[in-house]
Amino acid sequence: MADKRYTRRQFIRNLSLAAAAGVSLPLFSSCTKEEKEDFLQKHFKEMTTEEKKNVIAKLEARYLQKYGKKFQISTQEAVSGTLWGYGLDLSRCIGCRRCVYACAKENNNSRRHPQLHWIRVLRLKKGSLIDLENSEHYYNPPVVPEKEYLYLPVQCQQCENPACIKVCPVHATWKEPDGLVVVDYNWCIGCRYCIAACPYKGRVFNWADPTLSPDEVNTSVHYLGNRPRMKSSVEKCTYCVQRVRTGRYPACVEACPTGTRKFGNLLDPNSEIRYIIERKRVFRLKEDLNTEPKFYYFFEA
Amino acid sequence: MNRIACWVGSLFLLVVFSVTSAMAAAEEFPVSPPPMTEGMFPCSNCHAGMEVNRKKRVLKDEHVDIVLHHAESMRWCLDCHDAKDRDKLRLFNGELVKFTESYRLCGECHGNVFRDWKAGLHGKRTGYFSGGKRTYLLCAHCHDPHDPKFKPLKPEPPPYPPTDNRNGR
Amino acid sequence: MDSCRDVLKETWHFYRKTLSLVFSGGKAYYLWCIFLLCIMITGFLFYLKQHDVGLIGTNMTDQVSWGLYIANFTYLVGMAAAAVLLVIPAYIYQFKPIKEIVVLGELFAASSIVMAILFVMVDLGRLDRVWHMIPFIGSMNFPQSLLAWDVLVLNGYLFLNVLIPVYLLVTFYYRKTPNWKFILPFILLSIPTAVGIHTVTAFLYNGLAARPFWNASILAPRFLASALCSGPAIMIIIFQVIRKVSVIEIEDKALFKIAELIAYAMFLNLFLLAAEFFKEYYSNTVHIAPFKYLFEGLHGHTQLVPWIWTALTMNVTAFILFLIPSTRKRLSTLNLGCVFIIIGVWIEKGPGFVIPGFVPDPLGEIYVYMPNLLELMVSFGIWATGLLIFTLFMKVALPIEAGVFSHTEYQKETAPPPRH
Repeated sequence: MADKRYTRRQFIRNLSLAAAAGVSLPLFSSCTKEEKEDFLQKHFKEMTTEEKKNVIAKLEARYLQKYGKKFQISTQEAVSGTLWGYGLDLSRCIGCRRCVYACAKENNNSRRHPQLHWIRVLRLKKGSLIDLENSEHYYNPPVVPEKEYLYLPVQCQQCENPACIKVCPVHATWKEPDGLVVVDYNWCIGCRYCIAACPYKGRVFNWADPTLSPDEVNTSVHYLGNRPRMKSSVEKCTYCVQRVRTGRYPACVEACPTGTRKFGNLLDPNSEIRYIIERKRVFRLKEDLNTEPKFYYFFEA
Repeated sequence: MNRIACWVGSLFLLVVFSVTSAMAAAEEFPVSPPPMTEGMFPCSNCHAGMEVNRKKRVLKDEHVDIVLHHAESMRWCLDCHDAKDRDKLRLFNGELVKFTESYRLCGECHGNVFRDWKAGLHGKRTGYFSGGKRTYLLCAHCHDPHDPKFKPLKPEPPPYPPTDNRNGR
Repeated sequence: MDSCRDVLKETWHFYRKTLSLVFSGGKAYYLWCIFLLCIMITGFLFYLKQHDVGLIGTNMTDQVSWGLYIANFTYLVGMAAAAVLLVIPAYIYQFKPIKEIVVLGELFAASSIVMAILFVMVDLGRLDRVWHMIPFIGSMNFPQSLLAWDVLVLNGYLFLNVLIPVYLLVTFYYRKTPNWKFILPFILLSIPTAVGIHTVTAFLYNGLAARPFWNASILAPRFLASALCSGPAIMIIIFQVIRKVSVIEIEDKALFKIAELIAYAMFLNLFLLAAEFFKEYYSNTVHIAPFKYLFEGLHGHTQLVPWIWTALTMNVTAFILFLIPSTRKRLSTLNLGCVFIIIGVWIEKGPGFVIPGFVPDPLGEIYVYMPNLLELMVSFGIWATGLLIFTLFMKVALPIEAGVFSHTEYQKETAPPPRH
């Protein structure tokens, strides 16, 4: 009796599997060559050094073919004794958006279809500071700064207690030992739960294949940072992981013409960011959500 | 006995003061070269043979492109530029400093900012914050000393709105 | 050896029989199946386009990153959970009129869950990476991620709602009494699992501190209440269809009892909505913005306002129709109420729940999301898939239940002629 039931159910299962195969055939044939190559790639954190080398070689060959340039892909780990923090002087931001485009250039963001910016500058009316509902994202006056307005750039706040890594169903995003929240672009399944969970709109999604022309690429990349991404993967600011782990400032810090942006190691008592926290009046966005961002806003005057 | 103590005490104080002032004077920062106009420096090329006119006035013969908008009601050119040696700047107490140390002059009035700048906080930083070459920018690199207020800039374009099907999405 | 061959022969004949059942039917049946197949194929073709060009083919953006697909998913999980509304009176209260039809309800729950899973699958950006979610093979973020919980409970519930009806139907086929000691624990387990799937789905939204519209403790109870309205409502209609096309008798008493239970569930749903209204409008913090967007319009954007008020009107009307015994016991008003609830709860729990969560976005921006043709076609395709699966289930289950398709009938056919 039990045997008969079991084989019957097996038959039903087999038939439905056959049907599923018949449906998936056109699906699989529409997968690109890249998708087929990357199908069985392991999670970055579970790769051995040997496997990482193989993946890097594969990516280098792929980028050489796609962009005609030789990429340097780093997998440099976190430097011990570092916890990266960012400072932003709101009294100096004039809303010129040089940081936005410097970031897009440095980090190989998709330029159009879709246009992905990791930094978003908000224009707020003076008088009620963080009234986000009445903020303007698309201001375009002839010159900035405009008289009655303040400018608030927002990017991934690199929280110590991030909501995004809690909700990711596949551990595609995690917090590195130096405090940076990173994404393994090849592991992300594109469910966009992390975008729903982020209170700062720090994460953006590659809704299509990124549009990045060969003359716009930046060839010094990090696997977890600014390497060219693919369709349907989430991405975000990584404090320029490819730069800071070698001791360089992030691209937005260098691009700002008014010296608004500050960066440093929170664990180093002589760093600029510690100086700011100790001497200036810092605050962080949406502190009541307890995400503990490592992005400190302050006012000089 | 008392006299010796007096002498020793004064000598000690002299040593302390000179050492600390020497330390303050000797604090060096790795700065980029000052942003001089092409061909202007050294100023003594022209000024070495000129007569010094200390009268506060609007310049008509040369340097007419420089319009002072920097505490102009209280000071004029020769309060910062040394009258005798135009290749140097002049501090309050008469001490002369090189153009590569102009921050000492700015810091005399703008002490808070100077303190932040020394810590690497004020102003723009580029390059390496550790393990590599770090460069400080002089005050004059961002603020024109004669007209320091930042000019408004043309902003970069706004992001494509999410409804823009052609380009943005 | 012989028995093995016999078993296989047996199973193959059973299967051929079910296939012949599925392929034989009246004109209406064929037309219905072909109609559904057409919609399915259209939906599939549109999905291929989405798979090719990426999710940019939909109207979703970084601002509103979940849309029609997840709205439908939420609604369908609720529908599936509602099969439990039949299980409780059938098995716990031994209410006989319902006991006979609970298998059909469970098969409906299974079809509903299949649709819900399909909606999540089409919403995923990288379907080829879905194996990353399998525990131990991939890296499932259990127990922190609510989506991981949802994958587990949905598949578990699907398993239960396939196991129980198939077991019961197969025993009916063999004209044996089911081994209650074996199957009753599964049946009883399906009750907390049903509550579980919808609670987990509610928690999925509830846990996001970034979205004040969802970050309310009232979400899980509201989800359960609205689920217990929508699922049984569609069951009432389906049972009437079944009554018509097969010989199975479903007493009116069963339908009226279900409608009564729906009335109580709808009352709870409306009460919880009123509680939310009070909290938002009385405290009047900035978090009222999504609520305003939904019910009044925000900064001039009023796209969702007519939808939600229609839904609310429908829900209240249905509630009244089901509460008053005379309208509840008249089939015409009963069916009207059911249709109202199906549509009203879909609006309230689907687009009327998912979209305001994203408006305004965490940085205060308002993006007006309305699904485009691609999303609509793919959604219709998935609904058609679920309906087709349910139709095929019914095509096999109803004859078994009616006693028309059973082992003794088969044995009569294949029995060797009596020897002289």
